Order: sequence, then C-alpha cells, then structure tokens
Amino acid sequence: MSLEQLLYAAKGGAESISKGGISRRTFLKASAAAGGGLLLSFSLPALMRHAEAAETATANTFAPNAFIRIDRQGRVTLVVHQVEMGQGTYTALPMLLAEELEVDLAQAHLEHAPPDDKLYANPLIGFQATGGSTSVRGAWEPLRRAGATARSMLVYAAAQTWKVDAGSCRAEKGEVIHVPTGRKLNYGALVDKAATLPVPGQVTLKDPKDFKLIGTPAKRLDSQDKVNGKAEFSIDVKVPGMKIATVAACPVFGGKLASVDDGKAKAIKGVHQVVRLDDAVAVVADHMWAAKQGLAALDIRWDEGPNAKLSTADIVQELKAASQKPGVVARKESPAQGDIAKAMAGAARKVEAVYQVPFLAQATMEPLNCTVQVRQDGCDVWVGTQVATRAQATAAQVTGLPPEKIRVHNHLLGGGFGRRLEVDFITQAVQIAKQVDGPVKVIWTREEDIQHGIYRPYYYDRLAAGLDGEGMPIAWSHRVTGSSILARWFPPAFKDGLDPDAVEGAAEPPYALPNVLVDYVRQEPPGIITGWWRGVGPTHNIFMVESFIDELAAAAKKDPVEYRRALLGKSPRARAVLDLATEKASWGQPLPEGQGRGVSVQHVFGSYLAEVAEVAVSKEGEVRVQRVVCAVDCGMIVNPDTVKAQMEGGIIFGITAALYGEITIKDGRVEQNNFHDYRILGINEAPVVEVYLVKSAEAPGGIGEPGTVAIAPAVTNAIFAATGKRVRKLPIRMTEAI
Amino acid sequence: MVTLKINDEDRTVDVSPDMPLLWVLRDMVGLTGTKFGCGMALCGACTVHVDGTPTRSCMTPISAVGGKKITTIEAIGETPSGKKVQKAWLDLEVVQCGYCQSGQIMAASALLASNPNPTDADIDAAMAGNLCRCGTYPRIRAAIKQAAQSESTAIEGA
Repeated sequence: MSLEQLLYAAKGGAESISKGGISRRTFLKASAAAGGGLLLSFSLPALMRHAEAAETATANTFAPNAFIRIDRQGRVTLVVHQVEMGQGTYTALPMLLAEELEVDLAQAHLEHAPPDDKLYANPLIGFQATGGSTSVRGAWEPLRRAGATARSMLVYAAAQTWKVDAGSCRAEKGEVIHVPTGRKLNYGALVDKAATLPVPGQVTLKDPKDFKLIGTPAKRLDSQDKVNGKAEFSIDVKVPGMKIATVAACPVFGGKLASVDDGKAKAIKGVHQVVRLDDAVAVVADHMWAAKQGLAALDIRWDEGPNAKLSTADIVQELKAASQKPGVVARKESPAQGDIAKAMAGAARKVEAVYQVPFLAQATMEPLNCTVQVRQDGCDVWVGTQVATRAQATAAQVTGLPPEKIRVHNHLLGGGFGRRLEVDFITQAVQIAKQVDGPVKVIWTREEDIQHGIYRPYYYDRLAAGLDGEGMPIAWSHRVTGSSILARWFPPAFKDGLDPDAVEGAAEPPYALPNVLVDYVRQEPPGIITGWWRGVGPTHNIFMVESFIDELAAAAKKDPVEYRRALLGKSPRARAVLDLATEKASWGQPLPEGQGRGVSVQHVFGSYLAEVAEVAVSKEGEVRVQRVVCAVDCGMIVNPDTVKAQMEGGIIFGITAALYGEITIKDGRVEQNNFHDYRILGINEAPVVEVYLVKSAEAPGGIGEPGTVAIAPAVTNAIFAATGKRVRKLPIRMTEAI
Repeated sequence: MVTLKINDEDRTVDVSPDMPLLWVLRDMVGLTGTKFGCGMALCGACTVHVDGTPTRSCMTPISAVGGKKITTIEAIGETPSGKKVQKAWLDLEVVQCGYCQSGQIMAASALLASNPNPTDADIDAAMAGNLCRCGTYPRIRAAIKQAAQSESTAIEGA
C-alpha cells in the first residue's frame, strides 16, 4: 500500500490551509476524521508536551519522552509504537533509540505502545498505524532524537553529580563515564537527578560514521520466543473465564441474517450460547472444537440481498466499460508537442495493451481473532492490530463507552499484509462480546478469513505508447480503473476524485517519458470492500508499467535492459540497481530452451529496486521461478539482514500472487475456501533468492513492500523471454496467455 | 475422560474422543505454541510429533493418539534434533512473523531425526506441506542444512 501518498495528501492539505476558504474547512474536517489530528510534522518538542501523559511512567522512573523509561535499577524500557508483523520493526526501531541512548540492545526491554495518536502517530500516516513500509522512514529522525535527548540529560545529571563539565563526560553501554578520571555511573543511579533537569530543546545527533548499531545485522529481538512456542500472538491469549467463539457471516456480500435454528447446536457438549448479529451468527463454547461443531450444526437462513447473483465477470465488465471514459488526471505532461494526442498521432508506431490484476486475499497465517471482555464500566480488547487507536475507537462506538475506558492490549501479529489495518473483525468481536457474560475469544476459521476478506482491488488498466523511428517512447498514457481504498479508509487523502495510492508507480515511473498522461477512473464493485495488501497500489502499477516497457522494448527489437537504461539517464539510483541486478544475474548469458530471464525496475516506497527472475516454462505450461536476483537501494540501512529478509520474503509473497493468487465471485459468494484453492507457494516451489544492497547515504526508504512489488513483471517478462507469450492478466495462466 | 502423554506428562481431559489434538493442546491443556492455521491439514502450522512422526494435530482426533508420546514445540528443544534446529533458526534469523515457525521447526526436527543429512529434494518432500506466508523458505532450507552439519559434527565428536 502507499501510505506515503497520505503524506503527500496531508501536505496538499497544508497548502490548502494557506489558501484559506473551503479547502481549509475540508482539511480541518479531515483532521478530525483522522481521529486525533493529522500531524503535519512530528517533532520531539511535540512529544515532550505529552510526556506527562505516558500512563506507565512512575515517580521512580526517568521518562523524558514517550519512547524511553529508565528505572532506578537501570532497567531500560523502549516503547515501540509500530507493531511487529514479521517485518523486523521490533528490532529496527529499538536500534534507532539504543544507538543514541547508548545502551546495548540486550539491555533493553520492549513494550508495545498503548493506543495514543498524540504520542504515537506515524508521521507519514497521521495517526498510529503500521503499514506502507513507513516505520523506519517515519521514525528515523524522531526516535534517534528521543534517544539522544535522554542520553544528554543523563550525561548532564552525571556531570552535576561529579561537579564536572558535561563536555568531559560521555555515555556508553548504559553508563556515563567521566573521561579524565574514568569514573562511571550507571543510568539507574542517575534517573532521579535526570528527571529534574529541563528537557533540552536541541540535541546533536551522531554523525552516521559514528554509528555502532545502525547498519549492523543486529539479531532480531523477537526470534527467541518464536522458535520455542512462547511468543504470544493474540490468538494465544488466556484470560480467566474466557470462552471461545467462532463465527459465520452471510456468505453473500452485503447479505443479512434472516433466521437461525440453533436447537442442534445447543445440544452439543461444550456449547454455551448462540449469538445473533445483523449479518452473522456466532457460537460461544468452552473450546474451539465445540464452537466449530456448533456452527456446523446451525440451520441458518440468510437474506442474500441485492448481490445474490454477482459474479467476477459482471465486475470486470463494469470495469471495462468504465475504463473507456477519461478519468481524473494524476499526471499530464506534454512540454514538447503540447498535446499528448498529437504526439501519439505523430508517432511512427503505436502500441496498446490492457492489463488486469485480480482481487486478492491477504491470508495471514494467524487467522483473524480478537478477545474481548465488555463490562459496565469498561472494556478490554486483546488483539493484534496495525491500527491500535482505530481498534479502541470501534470498541468505544460499539459499547457506548468513552475511548479512555477501552484498554487495547496489542500483540505480535501473525502476519498483517494490510488485513490488520482493518477493524471489521474487532467491531464484530465486540458486538459478540456485548452479548456474552465474561471474556470471549472470537476466532475466524480459515474459510471465514478467505471468504470475508477485505480484498486487494481488481484493476483494469489501459496503456498506450507512441514510439519514434528508433522505437523509443515519445508519448505514454496509462489509465488506471479500479476501486479506491483511500476513499473509504482515509477520506482526506482522496481528493478531487483521485486516489493517490491507486496511481502510485504509474504516475511517476523513473523513466524519461516526454509526453505523459496518467488518469484514474474510480469504479467500485457492488458490495465488495477493497483494502490494503502488501504493496497494493505499486504492486498493481509496477506490473503494468514494467510489463508494458518490456512490450515496447520488444516492439523496438531492443534488449529489455538496454531499453530501460536508455530511459533512466536522469535516474542514476534506478540505473545503478538495474546495472547491479543484471550483472549479478549474468544478464545476456544463454539459458536452456524453455527458460528465460525477465527484469523489472521501480522507485516506490522511497526505495529503488531491480529484480531479475529466471523462469522455466514446461511444455504443459507449468511455470517455475528458479532464481531471483534483487538489487536494492533503500538509502541508509538500519539492519541489513532485515532488509535482505524482507526482500526474500516479499519476493516469495509476490510469486504466490503471480502464480496462484485470485479471489473470484459467483452467486455473490467468494469461490475460494482454504489453502487448497487459495494456494500459497511452498518451499518446494520457492526459488533461490539473492539480494544485493547498495550502500547509500540517502534518507531511509521502505523495505516491507518493494520486494513484492517488483516480482510479478520480472516473472512475466521472463515468461515472454522463454516462450514469446506476453502475460497481461494475473494470475499467470499460460493457456490463456495471448 | 482421556489421558494423553504430552511432553512426558500425563494429561487427562474430559472431552469427546473425536476432538482434534490441536484444540486439546490449545484450549484444554494451555499449550498454545502449536498453531491453528487452516483446520484441514493444508498448512502445517499445527504440526506436532506423535511417537516422533510429524503429525497435523488439527485433523488428528485424540482417540488416535491415546498412549502415544506427543511432543510439542514447547518441548522440542529437549530433543537433540530439535535443539539443533532451534539454534540454526536463531543463527540464520529465519523467523519473520513467526506464526508458522512452530510447525516448521517440528517438521524440520522430525526430518533431521530420521535423516541426518537431507538433500534439497529430501527437504522439499518433508517441508512442502508447511506453508509460510512471510516467505522464509530460503532461510528454512539453509537452516536445516546448517543444523544437519552441526548434527553430524556432534555425532562425529561423540
């Protein structure tokens, strides 16, 4: 997903303020809608004002800001405001704090931040949210500043204690050292004095050449408990007296519950209660087995509503029709000819193509679940969520309690991929818990997860290019047609009909294209809610753009790498990753019959990436990705091993989608159920993945999603190289390839 | 009442004999390291050992495992192969979200216990049913090989 675009949107909002008028009102309203204010800047002083609000700080603790607490025993607690869902943020963010605080990572205790948009807003999103490959990008400066501020106060406290100049003291491994005499004081001995000192307005951050932690492959802090079964995901929560529930929502989009006969279910041993919601039924039991059996024993009548006959073909037909009409302009540049149509008409050759990508489910390995206890005076929610304050807000809304009476206990996430940026399952769990006496853990079955997803949109895109006599593009148009996630999920970012996420990767490709028109047509599928998915906007657009560039290279009878290089003269970082990836992949070396290499380049989420896929296609049309070489320039690197892991994993996530991923609809219902018909790549199908990192002093870019984004076109371009068949629709079905 | 031998302890539960082992472990015995992923033996997250054999606990009724030795992720570190696998997992930083890793480690431990030097094809055959959505497969493969190396070294040194 492209939450980076939200920043763009927010900045647009700021400009509107200066202009005054309706835009200003719209923006202020948008800020309120964001739930706690759309922060345009995120500076330490802003956090300082709220330091007193940190609920866990106590009198004996030094808590100079919302991220650091040190007690008298020298115990250092680092509060992590972004959630860990595998991407390594529980290691990278503590590294930023520890680097400047001068403590060993091993010394630090980690704590999930409570929901609080004032203290813990993600500066690139505007509220407390983890997504969009933004964690390190957003925290890079504020967290180092938070660490440096605390260290500076501890150094001053030591200097005062010794009555020496602070300049003669330095901090190291949780101690302050008076350099001339070698005297040392542990941070724990300094917390009382440090807590009385004024918070410095300005601190000096380390020169990157002095980093001790940042840039090293520090061990993940969450690994140990994940190899011995001790890691607690929300599905593992144990609350005294807790019941277990499982749920069935109406299988038809937008349908309602008509009636349910629960006689047989209630006769099952261990079943306590059947809870009816507007659009779902839940069975509450002693354990999941009884709940599942109870659910299967219900005789449910659904009111299927207006979408009872909906099918994928209907939706695609609507998208196709919508894509015929001009959309909202995302980018229009025509300096030379002054008119794109004219430039296109004057081209020596015109190439046109339609590309399509399907609905996709996130299918996190940990099925959706949420444990809730509703009391008269408050409510506890145990959940793994990417949006803690939204979890709190929905529980408040359902219970009628004020938000401060809702305690959200956030957990490690057994995968997020955007699904846990939604709170539908939390809303539902609270609705169920309202009818249950005592705590209840609501667990979705895998079937429920696949069938009641908030799916990555189906996109139907039209691309066209005019080529000059040499086969180089002189005009380029790309019309994106699909639903808007932002219009629903974060309305302030959806402005004047344009969804900036839907066009990310399409509007600003790194290539020099003289006449460009990129527009967006919003077309919502009836009843289906679409949402985030690892790399959503760019994942779709880079597939289109990188495939189409490959088509142009083929039309020009030029090597796909040389063709791209020729267009990347003004983007040295993109060209450098392309050169590195192709060199390491031995681009140009012959491959056996039926095999091919494909390449893709991108600049999304603030990072530059090139991937080369080596693919074998059997005579039966079976596609196997054998090797992927990835070169990444994500600016300054916090943890190189995490970057490599995210590329490896992101690539495999993307191959799953390219080869298998597809949610289809028939009679208003999702046709897929579980991993047998919503396939996930297995180890036996996984390629060798090689990742090469470019050393860079630029600001950090995102890493969670770029690996996924680049892979589909690299694979389909490799299929073209191997077979001469161009894949324009995902997932790859070689029999359907044109 | 059914008595199960779990991690060398006898545990008696009052449930129907067709209840899958997964839910007995998680909801009755409180061993939540074994994970629910699909409920249809399609993903391997629920893998435990029954008399040393990797078994999908979500589809295994407890009537089928009475009297047999059940080992879960919580105790696999006490077996030689489990210990080696866990160490290799940490050395190579295999985990990401971690949710499938209990099952991965149980499958890998069983593989190494029966086949100390698995080939790539052996690894594929043994691990193909253990899905990982984060895509940690390259590291799983490398970690199994590293654990195998340390295992053979240990045997030679013994």
